[in-house]
Amino acid sequence: MTLTTIDSTGGSAARSVTAGLTKQGIDVRGKVIEGLLIASLAVSLLIIAVLVGDMVQRSWSVWTDRGTDFLSSGLSITDASAAGVWPGIKGTIALMFLVVLLAFPLGIACAIYLEEYAGNSRFARWTRVNVRNLAGVPSVVYGLLGLGIFVKLLNGLGEPGAELQDSGFFLFRWFGNILDWLSGNNGRNVVAGALALSALVLPIIIITTIEALRAVPRAIREGALGVGATQWETIRHHVLPAASPGILTGTVLSLARAAGEAAPILIVGAVTGTLITGNQGLVEQMSGPFTGLPAVIFSYARLPGDDFRAVTAAAALVLLVLVLLMNGFAIWLRNRYERKW
Amino acid sequence: MNESGDPMTSSSDTAAPESAVISLAPAVHEAATVERATVFATSDLAVYYGDFRAVRDVNLVIRQHEITAFIGPSGCGKSTVLRCFDRMNDLIEGARVEGSLTYHGIDLYGPDVDPVEVRRRIGMVFQKPNPFPKSIYDNLAFGPRLNGIKKKGQLDDIVERSLRRAALWDEVKGRLKASAMSLSGGQQQRLCIARCVAVEPEVILMDEPCSALDPIATARIEELMQEIKADYTIIIVTHNMQQAARVSDRTAFFTTELNPESDRRTGRLVEFDHTTKMFSNPSDERTEMYVTGRFG
Repeated sequence: MTLTTIDSTGGSAARSVTAGLTKQGIDVRGKVIEGLLIASLAVSLLIIAVLVGDMVQRSWSVWTDRGTDFLSSGLSITDASAAGVWPGIKGTIALMFLVVLLAFPLGIACAIYLEEYAGNSRFARWTRVNVRNLAGVPSVVYGLLGLGIFVKLLNGLGEPGAELQDSGFFLFRWFGNILDWLSGNNGRNVVAGALALSALVLPIIIITTIEALRAVPRAIREGALGVGATQWETIRHHVLPAASPGILTGTVLSLARAAGEAAPILIVGAVTGTLITGNQGLVEQMSGPFTGLPAVIFSYARLPGDDFRAVTAAAALVLLVLVLLMNGFAIWLRNRYERKW
Repeated sequence: MNESGDPMTSSSDTAAPESAVISLAPAVHEAATVERATVFATSDLAVYYGDFRAVRDVNLVIRQHEITAFIGPSGCGKSTVLRCFDRMNDLIEGARVEGSLTYHGIDLYGPDVDPVEVRRRIGMVFQKPNPFPKSIYDNLAFGPRLNGIKKKGQLDDIVERSLRRAALWDEVKGRLKASAMSLSGGQQQRLCIARCVAVEPEVILMDEPCSALDPIATARIEELMQEIKADYTIIIVTHNMQQAARVSDRTAFFTTELNPESDRRTGRLVEFDHTTKMFSNPSDERTEMYVTGRFG
């Protein structure tokens, strides 16, 4: 590579520029670092690939022999060829439904207060830091919380519930029925499980919602306040709609995490053996013993024999697909509604 | 409350003439002969952010149907003062005001004053166009809806009137349902002016409304300001001295000076007068240096 210039120094300036711009050998350090980064990525991808591949391979016999029958069968701890995951799927869906009902409104309300109203007081800062800490609390601890508080609380509702059921006034009887239902199975029911999981995801929902609210540009708030909107009108009409894709994405991801947690529901009392629901109505099923997919996997994993190992792998695959579907939905939501400012 | 306390407001009872003059030339001569009614009066206004005094010694009288320009170097507190007039500084943690700021004689920072009501009467256009990420129609209908106007026909009328006022109607009339974000920067800023006009404020505050716009869009906004000043009182903060000279009737020059007690700079008002005087024969040497480009 040569540069030609006309200058009084006989081209020496141009030569030094040329020398300065020319590549000086290979950048060894840069290449090594790039290689290490690629290797790290490869290891991570390999672990995931092996995990999924192994699960698919192990459960292959279940899918080829039984197909969707596995999905719709009940639990069995004695006969692997009859064992299925249907109660687990049903339980997980019921748990998720209740978590959405309980944790979403509460978490979003907390976040709106902390971000929009609390300002920068000492209390607000202290709370924000501790919500972050709570998000890191192990799920087993939330299980213990569920057993110690929620199960006890729900169980305690049984007595006043029974009294109210004997009452003459229909509203009290009706309320008594609800209390009775909530106290079903001595409090070790799906509501207790959902409460424990809600406590688990609440900090995550609060954090992701705070971050989504914070990402809404100040200009939007000022624009709304500038035409005479109150703080709540500004939040209701502009901040929340603008933040909703972020809020939704974060909460669906947290829900996916809740769906996969075994410890809280096991401690609260998810059934790991055979769960017979028979022809009970929805309310009876909801107030009776419950289970969820992670509990089902745990229960099958403890059983001996290759048959059950295949069933375990198949159940794990079902959970994985469910969680991946939820994550995919979150990503779709984010891409669909993402805003550019 | 403070109807006659300030000597500078002594002429505030003079009836404001209906300004029928709409021209691109600053209506300075007219303003110089007739003193219009006072809208805002400040006396020894100072704004603090926490312990830091951002600006001090602001004594201004803003008159009806005039355009008042705030000029000065960066950090001189002109935007800070502007944001006092619609209590936007309330949103900033630790911001507080000393001295007095009256709007038609009423203390704007009085204990009974509702900032939301203040902002309904005193609109604001911001430096960066900030349309809501909604349709053009919804951007304009938001304010009127807050005021309880629900009927579609009535809203349609307001939307059209406001867009016509902001000289945007012909460009967007066929696509009112389109997103406001699809407009160009200049159109977005005119939309923000229309949004402001839609709630029929008395005053429009403009915080460097043209600094993000190209010269053609800037010219359109300036033209628009001249057209609407018959109905509104306008205060504009600008970095562009030519703009202040072109559009305003009166100009306030702010500068910064070092605090004796700390090493931070505080803004202060240097001079406030008719624009022609400010740009031709200012009383203060600092103003002259600034407007002739020798400082700042």
